[in-house]
Amino acid sequence: MDLIRFYIRRLITIIKNEVLVLPSRIVVALFFILLLVIPLITDDPYFLRILILTSIFAILAASWDLLSGFTGQMNFGHALFFGVGAYGAALLNQHLNLPPWGSIPLGACGAVLAGLIIGIPCLRLRGTYLALTTLAFPIILMGIVFAFPAITGGELGLSGLDRIVRSRVTTYYITVSVMIVLVTVMWKITDSHVGIIFHSIREDEVAVRAAGINTTRYKLLAFCLSGFFAGVAGGLYAHFMRIAGPSTLEVSMSFQVVIWCIFGGVVTIWGPVGAVFILFPLMEFFRFWPEFRTLMFALVILLILLYMPQGLLPWIRDKIENVCPRCKIRNVATRKTCRICAAEMH
Amino acid sequence: MLLDIIITSLINGSTYALLAIGFSLIFGVARIVNIAHTAFYMVAAYCIYFVTYRLELHPVAGMLVGIVVASLLGLITYKIFIAPIREHEGAVLIATIALAIALQEVMLLIFSGDYLSVPPLVPGYFTIFDVKVFYQQLITVAAALLILALLRALLMKTRLGLAIRATAQDREVANLMGMNESQVAMLTVVISVALAGFTGAVIVPLTIVEPFMWLHPLIMMMAVVVLGGLGSIKGSFVAAYILGFAEALVVFVLPMGAFLKGSVALSIMILVLLIRPEGLFGIAFEEER
Repeated sequence: MDLIRFYIRRLITIIKNEVLVLPSRIVVALFFILLLVIPLITDDPYFLRILILTSIFAILAASWDLLSGFTGQMNFGHALFFGVGAYGAALLNQHLNLPPWGSIPLGACGAVLAGLIIGIPCLRLRGTYLALTTLAFPIILMGIVFAFPAITGGELGLSGLDRIVRSRVTTYYITVSVMIVLVTVMWKITDSHVGIIFHSIREDEVAVRAAGINTTRYKLLAFCLSGFFAGVAGGLYAHFMRIAGPSTLEVSMSFQVVIWCIFGGVVTIWGPVGAVFILFPLMEFFRFWPEFRTLMFALVILLILLYMPQGLLPWIRDKIENVCPRCKIRNVATRKTCRICAAEMH
Repeated sequence: MLLDIIITSLINGSTYALLAIGFSLIFGVARIVNIAHTAFYMVAAYCIYFVTYRLELHPVAGMLVGIVVASLLGLITYKIFIAPIREHEGAVLIATIALAIALQEVMLLIFSGDYLSVPPLVPGYFTIFDVKVFYQQLITVAAALLILALLRALLMKTRLGLAIRATAQDREVANLMGMNESQVAMLTVVISVALAGFTGAVIVPLTIVEPFMWLHPLIMMMAVVVLGGLGSIKGSFVAAYILGFAEALVVFVLPMGAFLKGSVALSIMILVLLIRPEGLFGIAFEEER
């Protein structure tokens, strides 16, 4: 009993001292809580469906950020991982009758393999070359999918997969909790030792190599990790939509991911997730005006970029929080002195 | 069969060469990866359709209008959307993607998603060895080669060309030597978009006009640019014909060729990159730090 009371008290202290002091952290906490209570408020299947798809794409966008944002290895073919995850899960489900909890992780392992296969040739390329080369991989795979319709279903794709679970609300809880867990894991990775090496590879690869770090290994690791998370997203998508089609490999899918990430602000993990949760429901919201939907989407992005080129969410965060000039700790913009070292702000 | 392959590869190759050279010009001078490049090609194609069928003018008038409209559109969008955020590479990248999508949607709204076609400039064909060669195909290839020659003359013989090449080599030093860097960048954007418009104009009688026609050339154009070496015009020229030939060969020889043509061409690109990471004619420059 005392032990429980101790942990509760500790939790309250952490919340008071670490979470409630910064508006951005409050927003993140509220956002997670809101996601978990939404099914209690409404169980409209259409609404839940949008949120499920949004969570799946949030995993995908965050995984792009892990690879391209952090290590700076611009990947224009992220749809490859998504598609391999989706097709892998679908093939395992249809031919071996594996249930979703088996086929999704195995499909993701297929995506890790894809990450290795494209990672090795891409190690020698950098910058724009890399971006334009990676664009080619999903298209090559799409050609193969179309060329062997007996196995892959060709243009129609593989349909009639098992549902994750029967009820919509349970599916919602499964995808949202998978999203929260995976995004937290990615955020933790980028915060760890490995994450710092990823950062430094983007900033100056030669210096990292000079410091005795095997950058090749870390770049391949980034490809594999990103492939795994994107593959999980692909498998979830295939099992939720109950179809794995060529649309998962399209160029527009790769571009979509890049748009989400840069719109939300790269090198943050939370930026892309936030951007998906803003943009994807917004797209659905424009549905009452279907023919203008994509146009409005493109225009919104063009206009927002004009005013906040480093991304929407970092821009907002910089408005409401300041960095202490002495100890580099973030503070609410309204504070006169730093909350840690009591130095004058400005 | 052989002649078919040669003609198709010449046409594909010329299209890709025109597009890729415009794309590498913009990249070299302004450091913009312009995803919307082929969207302007689509705009020019639609302009020709509009002028020829809706206004019932001569197709040549349509071509001129197409090139002018595409260049103006390129200039305006560059000034409004791209120039203010040029320092942010990522932002420019998705701005051009968004621009391409916006142009596609506008065309979809105005002309709907129907497949349209435009009559050839000179109808009819002649036969060599039992193979039909349409006059339009000859015109397309000849026009593409002519424009490529003119472009080379512009880049190598004029003062503007000198400025463009100098800026592509080193932006800061070119600026110090008294070249107005932002003006050179703007002019390059106009030249490059005009090239895209011109490509659209000469290729349109041979293809179908539809709002998604920019995607396949976009991918092939990028493959050509990477294969030939970024910023190398000779490289783009050679690589365009290599990939054009590979595509034509796959389409005519393999049974499922139409599906695999992109895959095979892109696989060739990746194989070459494994051996020469800087492309066929690219210069392996020191890492920018």
